[in-house]
Amino acid sequence: MDHLIALPVLLPLIAGLGLLLNREGPATPRRIIGLSATALLVAVCALLLVQSADGTIRYYALGDWQPPFGIILVHDRLSALMVTLTALLALGSLFYASAGNDEEGSNFHGLFQLQLMGINGAFLTGDLFNLFVFFEVLLIASYSLLMHGGGKARIHSGFHYVALNLAGSALFLIGLGVLYGTLGTLNMADMAARVPALDSSRLALAEAGAMLLLVVFGLKSAILPLYFWLPRAYASAPAPVAALFAILTKVGIYAILRVFTLVFGAQAGTLAYLAQPWVWWLSLATLALGGLGVLSARDLRTQVAYLIIISVGTLLAGIGMNSIEANAALLYYMVHTTLVTGGLFLLVDIIAHQRGKAGARIVRGRAVNQVALLGSLFFIGALAVAGIPPFSGAVGKALILEAATPAQQLWLWPILLTSSLAAIVALSRTGSTLFWRVSGGERRRERHESGERDKEHERDKDSERGQRRVGTMRAIGILLLLGASPLLVIFGGPLTAFTDAAADQLADQEAYISSIIEREAPGDTTGGKP
Amino acid sequence: MEALFSMTTGVLAACGLFLALRGRTFPVVVGLTLLSYAVNLFLFSMGGLTTAGAVVIEEHGGDYADPLPQALVLTAIVIGFAMTAFSVILAMRARGDLGSDHVNGNRLDEPREESS
Repeated sequence: MDHLIALPVLLPLIAGLGLLLNREGPATPRRIIGLSATALLVAVCALLLVQSADGTIRYYALGDWQPPFGIILVHDRLSALMVTLTALLALGSLFYASAGNDEEGSNFHGLFQLQLMGINGAFLTGDLFNLFVFFEVLLIASYSLLMHGGGKARIHSGFHYVALNLAGSALFLIGLGVLYGTLGTLNMADMAARVPALDSSRLALAEAGAMLLLVVFGLKSAILPLYFWLPRAYASAPAPVAALFAILTKVGIYAILRVFTLVFGAQAGTLAYLAQPWVWWLSLATLALGGLGVLSARDLRTQVAYLIIISVGTLLAGIGMNSIEANAALLYYMVHTTLVTGGLFLLVDIIAHQRGKAGARIVRGRAVNQVALLGSLFFIGALAVAGIPPFSGAVGKALILEAATPAQQLWLWPILLTSSLAAIVALSRTGSTLFWRVSGGERRRERHESGERDKEHERDKDSERGQRRVGTMRAIGILLLLGASPLLVIFGGPLTAFTDAAADQLADQEAYISSIIEREAPGDTTGGKP
Repeated sequence: MEALFSMTTGVLAACGLFLALRGRTFPVVVGLTLLSYAVNLFLFSMGGLTTAGAVVIEEHGGDYADPLPQALVLTAIVIGFAMTAFSVILAMRARGDLGSDHVNGNRLDEPREESS
């Protein structure tokens, strides 16, 4: 058996446990362990990605309990792509965090690794109950990371986030219970095999369970009626954590994509693609409101959080279009948007710290220290995220726009293009406020007029500002994430070939089912094990 | 038995939902806990309810309890327990840091401990 598949889960687990033991003392050993574990994770994931390119679906049966009875980890093109994306994003934000953010509270590196374990597990698992377990692992790590460093805003938004996700977990379990009660299994391949043979009296029950799952995944991915927690939570999270959280919404999107194309996919008879019409209309509304949110945001962090909402709307519209081309396009866009929004969160943190009192608010304030560097990085990030041609956002959006059928184009084109326009307007306004409308001339006068105490304050701010220069570690982190955008264009050919193949593989439910369970002798009562 | 079981689950879920929608952190935490109890009971019943069934399959066949929901519910209980502990601590921390136990962090009719 190929043990490589289990490594993206085991590696962060071992590193995380080791890091939890080593909590006191200087930060350097923890940083080295964390960074080297994540770098190793990138290597493992890249290996998995290369391995998955041949198109076979491999699985790893934990404890050698064969499916559908044991727990399995499934490795196909889609999951390999997702774990690689996670590892790259994690490496970038960990580089950034190692420049100082990790010492604002305790246990940063250990929690970070455990979070990675949860995310990778959720992408790799082939069992619906295990998806729940990995969701909980990544959530409980994210609760603590969200509040890393403390502070009122974090505690405040943290409580909302925790309460919402606890309610979401309850719904998830109810949905799982209903599906287990009707299908008698929780192994996704086995479920997919059994859905067509479902008794007609139980169809409604299975549909209810599936829709409950959609609500839960929608909460995680921040679709329209369920996204209100996101801007506040992401805006108050510490920058490297917010950058890593850029993948959390994609976990929800991945789960929708997996469950509603595999288990309730083409073969599912009356239950085929039952989520897609809902996702389609809600994603359009999400896009529209995300555009409004970007325009109305008065804080740079909130603005980036609303850019995430727009990207979620775009991705879900891709799912709603429900075609192989759309799935391929959304996978490309997913890689782009995750890395670029992650990079933007890091960049915004630097800008906020260099602007002293004005912070991340979009108001006239003092100039940043490193105008040329930060300005050009912001320019690249804004162009990429809004979808202006030389960068990857344009390619991704063009692919998605092109994938729409004429009837879908009627809705998608105006809404997606208007929200992109909103993003362009908002980001250009923000950029000119941050970098051009600076109060450099007035600064001296203000200082002169204000009292001694203010001068003292100003000097403190200055010294703090000096500390927050873009050091090597932070620059590596930001460049790794934002630099991905031009690379995604340069290597766009191989990447789109891969995402096309991944979408093809996703659409072929028969291949997935038959490579995991033997259809001739299906299991009689039970499927997965917790 | 089915009627009693489903009523218990329903009442627990309704109480949990009601409390979870309250404005103060303590009722919210209690409500989420009740909700998770209801969910655990529901999950437990998903293998079908039997009385006097064998725990493990017997040699001569007959009724036996579906072992999978039991395993699932055990996992769910452990996770729910950890989450409850976490949210209790979080609620206490919020009370200390925000000077208020309201879920929005502040209320006009409540004396604030600090004015900042």
